[in-house]
Amino acid sequence: MFIRMEQRPEPSKTMVYVSPLIAVVLTILTAMVMFEIMGVDPIRAIATFFIEPISSLNGVAELCVKATPLVLIGVGLSFGFQANVWNIGAEGQLTIGALAGGGIALAFYNDEFALLLPLMLIAGVAGGMAWGAIPAFLKTRFNTNEILTSLMLTYVALLVLSYLVHGPWKDPDGQNFPESRLFNDAAMLPVLIEETRLNVGWLLALFVVAAGWVLIARHIIGFQIKVIGMAPMAASFAGYKEKRLVWLTLLISGGCAGLAGTIELSGAIGQIVPVISPGYGFTAIIVAFLGRLHPVGVLFAGLLMALTYLGGDSAQITMNLPNAVTGVFQGMLLFFLLASDVLIKYRFRFGTPSVAKEAAE
Amino acid sequence: MSMDWLVPALLTIITAATPLVFAAVGETVVEKAGVLNLGVEGMMIIGAIAAFATAVSTGSGLLAVVAGAFAGLLLALIFGLLTIYLQSNQVATGLALTIFGLGLSALIGHGYVGKTFAGLPKLDIPGLTTIPVIGPILFGQDGLVYLSVVNVALVAWFLSRTRGGLLVRAVGENHDAAHSIGYSVTLIRMGAILFGGAMAGIGGAYLSLAYTPLWVENMTAGRGWIALALVVFASWKPWRGFFGAYLFGGITIIQLYAQGMGVEVSAQFLSMLPYLATVIVLVIISRDEAKARLNAPACLGKNFHASG
Repeated sequence: MFIRMEQRPEPSKTMVYVSPLIAVVLTILTAMVMFEIMGVDPIRAIATFFIEPISSLNGVAELCVKATPLVLIGVGLSFGFQANVWNIGAEGQLTIGALAGGGIALAFYNDEFALLLPLMLIAGVAGGMAWGAIPAFLKTRFNTNEILTSLMLTYVALLVLSYLVHGPWKDPDGQNFPESRLFNDAAMLPVLIEETRLNVGWLLALFVVAAGWVLIARHIIGFQIKVIGMAPMAASFAGYKEKRLVWLTLLISGGCAGLAGTIELSGAIGQIVPVISPGYGFTAIIVAFLGRLHPVGVLFAGLLMALTYLGGDSAQITMNLPNAVTGVFQGMLLFFLLASDVLIKYRFRFGTPSVAKEAAE
Repeated sequence: MSMDWLVPALLTIITAATPLVFAAVGETVVEKAGVLNLGVEGMMIIGAIAAFATAVSTGSGLLAVVAGAFAGLLLALIFGLLTIYLQSNQVATGLALTIFGLGLSALIGHGYVGKTFAGLPKLDIPGLTTIPVIGPILFGQDGLVYLSVVNVALVAWFLSRTRGGLLVRAVGENHDAAHSIGYSVTLIRMGAILFGGAMAGIGGAYLSLAYTPLWVENMTAGRGWIALALVVFASWKPWRGFFGAYLFGGITIIQLYAQGMGVEVSAQFLSMLPYLATVIVLVIISRDEAKARLNAPACLGKNFHASG
C-alpha cells in the first residue's frame, strides 16, 4: 500500500484555517516528547508554559503587552508577504523606530507637554519607515534581494543602538550603565488597567489590525497586493506598478515595526536599553504566517506567540528550564504549520495509483 | 616599517574566511540544483553547538567536526522533507530553519556556556612551517582550512566536469525537462540539500572549534546570511565564492586592526563593516538585472511536483 499526494482541483478553504490548529497540536505533542527527553514532567511543563502565565489578571495584561509588538509587526509583514516582498528585517526597523521615538523623549526629557507622546509615535513610525525604505530603494533601483539587505540592515541597526546607549545617549547621571535617562511621564503611554503594564499601545495595535483589515479587504491597494503575489504576470498586464507596491509594503511593514519599537519603549521599558526586543521582529514572521497573512488571524497568532514568551519566562522561574525553549517552540510551530499547509493544495490518497497498476499488469 | 602585523593579519583572514567558504560552497550546490535554502544561519549555529558539545565531551576534534556536519545535515533533512515532499514555500521554510536552529542551539548550549576546548590541532611540518611568512600560512593551518580549499576544488570540478554535476545543474535550470527525460528531481535535490546542510554544519563547527573555541549564543552573528550573499556575489561559481569569502575575511580584520592602529572609530561602527559590505556587494552584483538573471539557476526557489 502506498500513500500519494494529489493536487486538489481547488485549494481547500477549510484547510487554510484547520492547518494552524493542526500545527499547534503537533507542536505541543512534540514539545511534550522533548520535555520527557529532558527529564521534565511533560504535563507540568506544558501547564507552566501555557496556563500558568495567564491565570491572573496581571498575566493577561502582560500577554497583551507582549502581543502588542508581535501583532503590529505581523500585520505590517503580512502585506509584504502576500505580495512576495520578503521583509525579514523588521527587528532592525523596530530598533531604528524605537531610537527615533526614544530620541525625541530624550531630547525633551525636561519638558512635559501633551504633544510629546504623539510626536514620539510619529517619529517611531518615520524611523521604521526610513529603515524599511533602504531595502525598498535598493530593490527597486538596483534589483537587490530585499531578504538579504533588510537582514543585513538589522545587524547594522542593533549596532547603532549599541553605540548610542554606550556612548552619546548614556545617562550622564547614571552609574555608567549602558542605559539612557528615564523618560518623563509625558513620554509614557497611559496605563489601561491600574497595577499592570497594559497600556494604550495595545489599543493602537487593535486599531492597526482594523485598519489593515479594511485595507486588504476593501481597498484597491489590498487587491493589488494580492494579485501581485498570486499572479505577477496578470498584475503587470493590468498595469499595476510592481515597484510602487515594493515601496508601499516595505514602508508599511517598516512603519508598523517602528511604531512597535516606540510603544515598547514608552509603554513597557521607559528608557533606551541595550536590548529593546527579544526578537519580536523575527517572531512576527511566524505570527504573520500562522495568522494566514490576514490582520485578524495575526491578532490571534500574536497572542499565542506572546504566550510562548511568557511561558518561557515562567518555565525558567518555576522549573529552571532555559528560556531558549521559547525559540524552539516557535521554530517547531512554523515547521509544523508549513508542513500542514500542504493540505491546502493537496490531498493524500491511500492505495496504488491506477497508472502504476496498469504498468504492473 | 615593520611587517610584524602581516602574518597574524593573514592568519586572521584565513580563520574568518573558512567558515564562509564551507557554507557558501554548500549553498552554491543547493542553489545550482534550484533550491533556495535560507536556513544556512540555522544550520551553521546547530553545527557550531553540536561540534562544540562533542569536542568538550570527547576531546576529539575529528568527531566534533563530524558531529557538526551531521547536525547541519539533519536540519537540512527537515528542510528537504518539507520543501520537496510537502511542497512548502522555500523562503518561509528556510526562515523557520534559522529560527529553529538558533533556538535549539541555545537550548542545547545552555550547559556549555563557559566551557573551553583547546582548539583544532595545527599542521606542523618541521622545516616548512618555520619558513618566514609563507610557512605558517601554507603549512601551519588546521585540517579544516585545507579541507575547505580541497572542497571548493572538488565542488568546482564536480559541477563543471562530471555527469553528476550536469544533472544537478539540469535540475536547477529546468526541472520539468530533467524529470521528463527520467531523472529524479526529488532525489537529486535532496542530495544537494543534504550536502549544503553538512557544509554549513562544518562551517559552524569551525566557528566554535577554531575561530573562537567556545560556545556563545548566536555566535554565527549573521555569517550564514553573509554566505548566502556570497553565493549571489560569486554568480554561483565555487572559486569566486572562495575568493569572496577571503574578501570578507579581509573586511573582518580591518575591524580588528583599525583600532590597533589608532583609528578613532567606535567599535560598533567597525563591526558594521561586514554587513554594509554585503549590502554594497549585492548592489554591485544585482545592478545589471539581465545579467543577474542569466547567472541565476532558472528554477531557483521553485517547487517541483510531478503531476499525474
